[in-house]
Amino acid sequence: MDMKAIADTLYPIWVLLFVILFVAIVAWTWWPSRRQKERMEDHAKIPFREDEENGQPS
Amino acid sequence: MAVVSSMPGAAEHASEDREVIVYNEDVVRLFVIATAFWGVAAIAVGVIIALQLAFPVLNLGFEWTSFGRLRPVHTSAAIFAFGGNALFATSFYVVQRTCRATLFGGPDVARFIFWGYQAFIVMAALGYVFGITQSKEYAEPEWFVDLWLTIVWVVYLVVFVGTIMRRREPHIYVANWFYLAFIVTIAMLHVVNNLAVPVSFFGAKSYIAYAGVQDALTQWWYGHNAVGFFLTAGFLGMMYYLIPKQAERPVYSYRLSIVHFWSLIFLYIWAGPHHLHYTALPDWAQTLGMTFSIMLWMPSWGGMINGIMTLSGAWYKLRTDPVLRMLVTSVAFYGMATFEGPLMSVKQVNALSHYTDWTIGHVHSGALGWVAFISFGALYFLVPRLWKRERLYSLRLVSYHFWVSTIGIVLYITSMWVSGILQGLMWRSYDSLGFLQYSFVETVEAMHPFYVVRAGGGILFLIGSIIMIYNLVRTARGDLREEKAFVTPQAAAAPAE
Repeated sequence: MDMKAIADTLYPIWVLLFVILFVAIVAWTWWPSRRQKERMEDHAKIPFREDEENGQPS
Repeated sequence: MAVVSSMPGAAEHASEDREVIVYNEDVVRLFVIATAFWGVAAIAVGVIIALQLAFPVLNLGFEWTSFGRLRPVHTSAAIFAFGGNALFATSFYVVQRTCRATLFGGPDVARFIFWGYQAFIVMAALGYVFGITQSKEYAEPEWFVDLWLTIVWVVYLVVFVGTIMRRREPHIYVANWFYLAFIVTIAMLHVVNNLAVPVSFFGAKSYIAYAGVQDALTQWWYGHNAVGFFLTAGFLGMMYYLIPKQAERPVYSYRLSIVHFWSLIFLYIWAGPHHLHYTALPDWAQTLGMTFSIMLWMPSWGGMINGIMTLSGAWYKLRTDPVLRMLVTSVAFYGMATFEGPLMSVKQVNALSHYTDWTIGHVHSGALGWVAFISFGALYFLVPRLWKRERLYSLRLVSYHFWVSTIGIVLYITSMWVSGILQGLMWRSYDSLGFLQYSFVETVEAMHPFYVVRAGGGILFLIGSIIMIYNLVRTARGDLREEKAFVTPQAAAAPAE
């Protein structure tokens, strides 16, 4: 099998892998569980955590 | 855990039984000053070259002051000096605050990054004025300047990653993802696009490693991703920190921010070939670039909605807080520019728009409306905090800055739309015998009034930025201007229509 044939075989697999990876990221992000929702809401509060701990406006 | 600033005399909030984090704010202050300085310089040179296009006599007859040499001074000053320093300033501020960790490497390394980056800017600008250039758009500096920037950039990457690795917050906040993507991708783009062979060891001249269409594709792979990762991803990092902080509420949807990030990362890198429609580039590659550009509509608008909807339930703040108004307007311009970009990447639209002033208008709706406005907002946010002032010297001056600059942008964009479409239509007009209807010089002549309007828009934008400098200097000095409130407290509390 020459290099071109290998490349022609791998190209679609490579595209498929990236599509699967992206779909997996989206599915994980939007997974409909309360725990995931709470985790995401907690992450969104990170910029304010410093204020909470200092009790001072940053 | 408690936090103290590195500023001498800053109030220390630490008690003995709690761990102390000393933020490095000295380097952030330096970058803030550099951002303000280079911002005005970039806009001023932009006004000069806009006037040169309207009135060619202003080229003054010297090669050093000609449009061809000053144009890269303007673009590099705007992108790398103004935008770059804003990114350094905010990334160092945000990564420390959201990781609750001081900068990795210590103050000396941080100072090296600051002075090393300023040296890069000065070397690049002097090179342009004296005609030392490798003639690649947005990558004009010659090989020795590129090597120097690579060293500075790798140190920046190490400091940023090192700070993230020593974080006390388990999760890496999404703004840092955008900043990291910007730093890593720019390193890759810069090194690959600038691979060159110097003609001599002590000479400035080099030849680029690529030739023909490969050179063009590499250049626009670099060029468009400089837009995507320098002027978009990095500034989105700013958006995801500054808008929630200024609006005093978390981002509208953290989930959407994650999808926004990954979809931008997956898609943006393929969009470059849309700069090479109807060229020697293979047709399939042109279509690929167009397709990925159109797909970028979704993440761009998803991100814009996420930024703007963060104000959900607090829209009244737009009436009372001009800094927030500036930040949110920047996101609206981001949405507008990222709608127009994919539209222009469609081959049939590009056939009319390419090589015309429409492209210049599009670039400036992003550069002035998105990049500059969010950077101005960042300066207004950072200066009172870094200099430990109660508030800005004058909110009314921020409002004047906002309106003067917004009118300037509108004049700029609309004049270039009309000019560009007129230009494109004149270029493709044929008479009944199949000859071009207009000579090139006739199209140039037709542009003149629009170039004057564009220069007027630029002058307004420059005036706005000078108002900002005055306001920031007075703020840093600790002055407070006594002002009436924008709206009565009752009106402010009323629900937005």
